[in-house]
Amino acid sequence: MIYREAGDYKLTYGADAQTFPIKGDRWAYWLALAFAAAVVPLFLTDYLAFALLVPFLIYVIAALGLNLLLGYCGQLSLGTGGFMAVGAYAAFKLMTAFPGLNIVFVIILAGLVTAAVGVLFGLPSLRIKGFYLAVATLAAQFFLVWLFTRAPWFFNYSPTGMITAPTRTLFGVPITGPSASGVSVYLFCLGFVVVLAWLARNLTRGSLGRSWMAIRDMDIAAEIIGVNPLRAKLSAFAISSFYVGIAGALLFTVALGAAEASEAFGIDKSFLVLFMVIIGGLGSILGAFIGAAFLIIGPVLLKLLLVNNLGWPTDLAAHVEVMIIGTLILVFLIAEPHGLTALWRTLKEKLRLWPFPY
Amino acid sequence: MSISDARALQVQQMESADADIFTTPDGRRIGGPILEMRNITLRFGGVVAIKDISFDIREGEIRAIIGPNGAGKSSMLNVISGFYHPQEGEVWYRGMRRARMRPYEVAREGIARTFQNIALFEGMSVLDNIMTGRLNHMKASILAQAVWWGPAAREEAEHREKVEKVIDFLEIQHIRKTPVARLPYGLKKRVELARALAAEPKILLLDEPMAGMNVEEKEDMSRFILDVNDEFGTTTVLIEHDMGVVMDLSDRVVVMDYGKKIGDGPPEEVRNNQAVIDAYLGVSHDDA
Ligand SMILES: Nc1ncnc2c1ncn2[C@@H]1O[C@H](COP(=O)(O)OP(=O)(O)OP(=O)(O)O)[C@@H](O)[C@H]1O
Ligand SMILES: [Mg+2]
Repeated sequence: MIYREAGDYKLTYGADAQTFPIKGDRWAYWLALAFAAAVVPLFLTDYLAFALLVPFLIYVIAALGLNLLLGYCGQLSLGTGGFMAVGAYAAFKLMTAFPGLNIVFVIILAGLVTAAVGVLFGLPSLRIKGFYLAVATLAAQFFLVWLFTRAPWFFNYSPTGMITAPTRTLFGVPITGPSASGVSVYLFCLGFVVVLAWLARNLTRGSLGRSWMAIRDMDIAAEIIGVNPLRAKLSAFAISSFYVGIAGALLFTVALGAAEASEAFGIDKSFLVLFMVIIGGLGSILGAFIGAAFLIIGPVLLKLLLVNNLGWPTDLAAHVEVMIIGTLILVFLIAEPHGLTALWRTLKEKLRLWPFPY
Repeated sequence: MSISDARALQVQQMESADADIFTTPDGRRIGGPILEMRNITLRFGGVVAIKDISFDIREGEIRAIIGPNGAGKSSMLNVISGFYHPQEGEVWYRGMRRARMRPYEVAREGIARTFQNIALFEGMSVLDNIMTGRLNHMKASILAQAVWWGPAAREEAEHREKVEKVIDFLEIQHIRKTPVARLPYGLKKRVELARALAAEPKILLLDEPMAGMNVEEKEDMSRFILDVNDEFGTTTVLIEHDMGVVMDLSDRVVVMDYGKKIGDGPPEEVRNNQAVIDAYLGVSHDDA
C-alpha cells in the first residue's frame, strides 16, 4: 500500500477541492513539472524539439480547448482547424502591423481574437445541438480556411499565399524565425501549457465548470435549475476558442514558421484534435496530455520502431500506424468514452486497494 | 388594466394576505398567497393539457396536486417553472404579475424543483450535482474562477458548507463522492431533492418524489418533506399519486382531471368530494 488516500484527511473544504487531493499525486505532478522544465532542456536536440515536443505541447493546448467545449460543455465542434487558422492569421497580422509588440502579447491577443470568432460561430449552438451543430461548425471550418486562402489582406498580399513569421525575441532570445533554438521554443510553449492547463483546471472545478457540465449532461434540467444556457454555451465557445487560437498562433509562429491555411489548418487538424480528446478522455485535463502524446509522439515512436529497428518499409509502417490509430479510436468510442484517463483511474482504484482487494 | 388598477389590486391583495395569516394546529405559520395561477389554459396543438385553471399557493403550506394519469399535473409545474408558456392566463408571484420568463430566470426568483423522471447530471458526482443547486447564489467572475484566488476559492468553500448542511439533513454523507450514475433509484430521488434544497428556494416543486419507492423509502421521503417545510418554512407544491401520503402531508389539495380542476380544499374535504371520487373510479392507477 504505497499509493493511498487513507490517512490523508481533509480538514477544510478548500483542501478537499484541491486539484490533486492525494499527496502522492501532488508529488508526481511537481516532479513531472521539474523534469519537463529543468531536465528535458539538458538533452533536447533541435530535431527532438521541433519534430516531437513542441508539436506535442501545442496540441495539448488545442486538445485542452476542445475538451473544455466538448468534454465539459458537450458541444461538438469540427471547426478546430479553422479556429487554429484564426489564431495563426491573427498572430501574423499583429506581428506585421505592430513589429514592436512582445511575442507573448501577440499570442494572447491572437487567442482573444479567436475567442471572439468562436463566440460568433457558437451562436448556432443556442438553437441546434448534436449532429446539426457539428455540421454548422464544419461549415465554419471550410468558410474560415476559404477566407484565409482567398482574401489576400490576411496574408499581406504575399504572392505565394503563405504567411511567414518574422523573428521575435523574448528577453533577447529569439523565439520565432529561423534562428530560434529548439530549447527556447520548447520552454516558451511549456510556459503556455502550464499556465493554460492550470487555468483550465480552475475553470472546470468552479461554478462555471459545473454549469458547463450541467448543460452537457441534461440541458433542459440545467436551465430549469438556473443555468443560463446562453452564458454557459457562449463562454464555453469563447474560452475553448481562446485555447485553440493560442495553439494555432503557436503552431504558426514557433513551430512551422510559415503556413498556408488549407494545408496547415485543414479539416484533418479538426479531426486530429477531436481524436486526441476522445482517446485521452472527454472531460479530463490530464486526458488532453495523454491524447496529444498518443497522437503526436506515438506515431513517431512507432515509426522509429518499425522502420529503424525492424527494418520495415516506410509506406507499410505508415499503413500500420493508420490502422492502429483507427482501431484505437473505434475501441475507445465503443468501450471507454472516458478514454485512457479512465483506464488510468481504474488502475489507481485497484492500486489503492492493493494488496488487499476486499 | 391600467397601472393604477394594477397597483390597487396589488395593495388589496396584500391587505387580504395579511388578514389570512394563520397558524396550523401543529404550529406552522401559513401566510397569504405567494403564487397564484389565474385562468391558466395550456394547449399542445389540439390537446388541451390545462383548461382554465385557477388556484393559489400560500406561503409556508404544502399544497398537493393530484389527479389521474395525463390530468395535466406535470404540465402545471412546467408552467410554474417557466418551461411551458400558457396560451391564456396569468401567473402572479409575490403579489406581482409575472412577465414571460425563461426557466433559469424563474429559478433565480427562488423556485426550485425535482422531476417526475429523475433529471440528475449523470456525469457528475453527488456533491457536484448538489453544488449545481447553488449556482444561482455564486457570483465570482470567470476571471476570478480561472485564477482561483481570493473570492472564487472563498465562495466555493462557503457554498460547500451550505451544501454539506443539506447533505447532513438528507442523510447522504456516505455517497457524497459517488458518481450519480451508480446510485440506486431511491437515492437518486433523494439527491435530486438535495439539489433543489441547496438552492434555498422560496417555493419547492416536487413532481412525484415518491414514485417507484418502497414503503420505507416513502416514509423517509415524507419525513424529509415535512422537516423541510417545518424547519425552513419552505412552501411546497407536491404532485403525488399515493392518497395516503397526500392525506398525511398536505394542507390543501388541488384535484385535476383531463386538464380541468375538479376539486380544491383540505384533504378530508377533497376525499369526500363526489366529482373526485368519480374521477378516480374506473381509472386504473399503478400506485394509487
Ligand atoms: N410537451 C408536450 N407536447 C405535447 N403534449 C404534451 C406535452 N406535455 C404534456 N402533454 C400532454 O398533456 C397532457 C397532460 O400531461 P401531463 O404530463 O401534464 O400529465 P400528468 O398529470 O403529469 O400525468 P402523469 O400522472 O402520468 O404524470 C397529456 O395528454 C400529455 O400527453
Ligand atoms: Mg406527471
